[in-house]
Amino acid sequence: MAVETQTAPRGLRRRRIRPYQVVQIVVAVSITAFLLYRLQYVLFVDDLYGLDTWTRFLISGLVIGAVYAVIAIGYTLVYGILFMINFAHGEVMMLGAFAAYFVFEALGAIPAGAETSFLNTYPIISIILAFIAGMSVSTGMGLLLERVAYRPLRGGPRLVALISAIGASLFLQNAAQLMFSPRRRAFANPDFLSRGAGFEVMISGRPVLITYTGTFVFVGSLLLLALLYFIIQRTRFGQAVRAIAEDQEAAALMGINVDRVIAQTFALSGAMAGAAGVMWGLHNGIVYHFIGFLPGLKAFTAAVLGGIGNIPGAMVGGLVLGVVEALGPAFLGLDFQLKDVIAFSILVLVLVFRPSGILGEVVAEEKV
Amino acid sequence: MRQVLSVDSIHTFYGNIHALQGISLEVNEGEIVTLIGGNGAGKSTTLNTICGVVHAREGQVVFEGEDITTLPSHDIVLKGITQSPEGRRIFARLSVLENLTLGAYTRRDRAEFKRNLELVFELFPRLKERQTQFGGTLSGGEQQMLAIGRAMMAQPRLLLLDEPSMGLAPILVQEIFTIIDRLNREGTTILLVEQNAQIALSISDRGYVLQAGQIVLTGSGQELLTNPMVREAYLGEL
Repeated sequence: MAVETQTAPRGLRRRRIRPYQVVQIVVAVSITAFLLYRLQYVLFVDDLYGLDTWTRFLISGLVIGAVYAVIAIGYTLVYGILFMINFAHGEVMMLGAFAAYFVFEALGAIPAGAETSFLNTYPIISIILAFIAGMSVSTGMGLLLERVAYRPLRGGPRLVALISAIGASLFLQNAAQLMFSPRRRAFANPDFLSRGAGFEVMISGRPVLITYTGTFVFVGSLLLLALLYFIIQRTRFGQAVRAIAEDQEAAALMGINVDRVIAQTFALSGAMAGAAGVMWGLHNGIVYHFIGFLPGLKAFTAAVLGGIGNIPGAMVGGLVLGVVEALGPAFLGLDFQLKDVIAFSILVLVLVFRPSGILGEVVAEEKV
Repeated sequence: MRQVLSVDSIHTFYGNIHALQGISLEVNEGEIVTLIGGNGAGKSTTLNTICGVVHAREGQVVFEGEDITTLPSHDIVLKGITQSPEGRRIFARLSVLENLTLGAYTRRDRAEFKRNLELVFELFPRLKERQTQFGGTLSGGEQQMLAIGRAMMAQPRLLLLDEPSMGLAPILVQEIFTIIDRLNREGTTILLVEQNAQIALSISDRGYVLQAGQIVLTGSGQELLTNPMVREAYLGEL
């Protein structure tokens, strides 16, 4: 290589394109051409879906995307500080959903007045209790994971921690299956948040339903994201997190207890996952041991899409992924079951074409 | 004079490398003490052992009568030792003000924080002008000022400075050392590590010469400046 650069004339050397780049260009051009073709087809030829249907897709995408964003924050926080992917994050979310499920079950069984339960007499309190339970369980699980599965391996090669994370994920999934049985359980929402209820908007002459749960989840997610952004940007703890992300040793020289802040980061990431789990349950209505797996991977995709380690990136990535996944199958003329394929194709494409993600910067060598 | 720091024959290892081979030194209140020596002599390792970045395998570090040999670095900051590390180690993606705030991480008194911030801005007016800028956008000299200012924010009873002149233009070196001298006159006890022996010794009360992990010579700043061995080895005179 060195010999070649020395002998090749200057102009030639500059213009030389590596074979890998040729493949990249060919792939990029064909994908763009195909997407443009589909765009004109959907706009001018096909009239399978009206504007009302597209709106329904968009709304469902925004809601799911907001939840992805909340989960993605957890990945990005941990990655930002330790450069490690916490693959058990989806399972932490699943456990949060279970905690909320049991709270609703319990409150639904407590009678309050004639013919009604505590759950429906005090729906707001019930929801708050469910969030407290879900977030506490997930926070505890985040702390436990850090202590048991990651801290002993810190300082070793990062691949080791990654393998440990995958092991923790499988362990939690199977533990949940053993404890709660693989049965799919219906999440018992309070009546005012019952699934399927909502308000209708007329779009091109047809009603489009905006569900109460969807609205609740979307608004709740945005509030959580704003809260998290505030914590990271404006508090003493957030400053310590950002300092550790840049330079652990220098952070320790400021008097920051690095181990403690890392544990607190896992706690915060767990709390976000727990809240996401509760919202997932409220909106989708089903809880079982496997619900954390796919959303976990999707949120990881969202975090990579936005630029892993970058907090606004995770938010943007989550929303974009949710919307693309919801609109994608119809736009591409594919089966709806293929939405997962679309999501993970995005992961591959991002890694090939822009590994730093939408908002990410190129990670400095020393950090990798 | 009251003794602030006493390092008693410490041995520090990096893996199998015996970096410090029985270093002993002391720093008294109000002093400015310099460690000089060539590359790899163990100057930075000595500072890092004092502030807990690495730990001595043998020997003792005593600060204000308390054994701090095995304390983690964040606890040592709490005891009152801060460091402006080699290479400055500014948080590049945090603002200048945030860097300074982190310097005061262990100090939670608002009024005290404001007072210290005023003090640092008065020492380094340029940091005040640039307080909203990212640390990474500062010039080398400004980053050094920030590193020293950041270490001062915790009101240290012992300030460790590692190579403050590194990579700076001579005029900036002069400026930084004027400020170090001033900090010392205003009551800060300083332990300094420096390649630039001439300027460092000229403001120091005492100095130690390190070679291959051992102290080979000690004396007042003036004595060392006139010592033939020092002149030959570290002041570039033949």
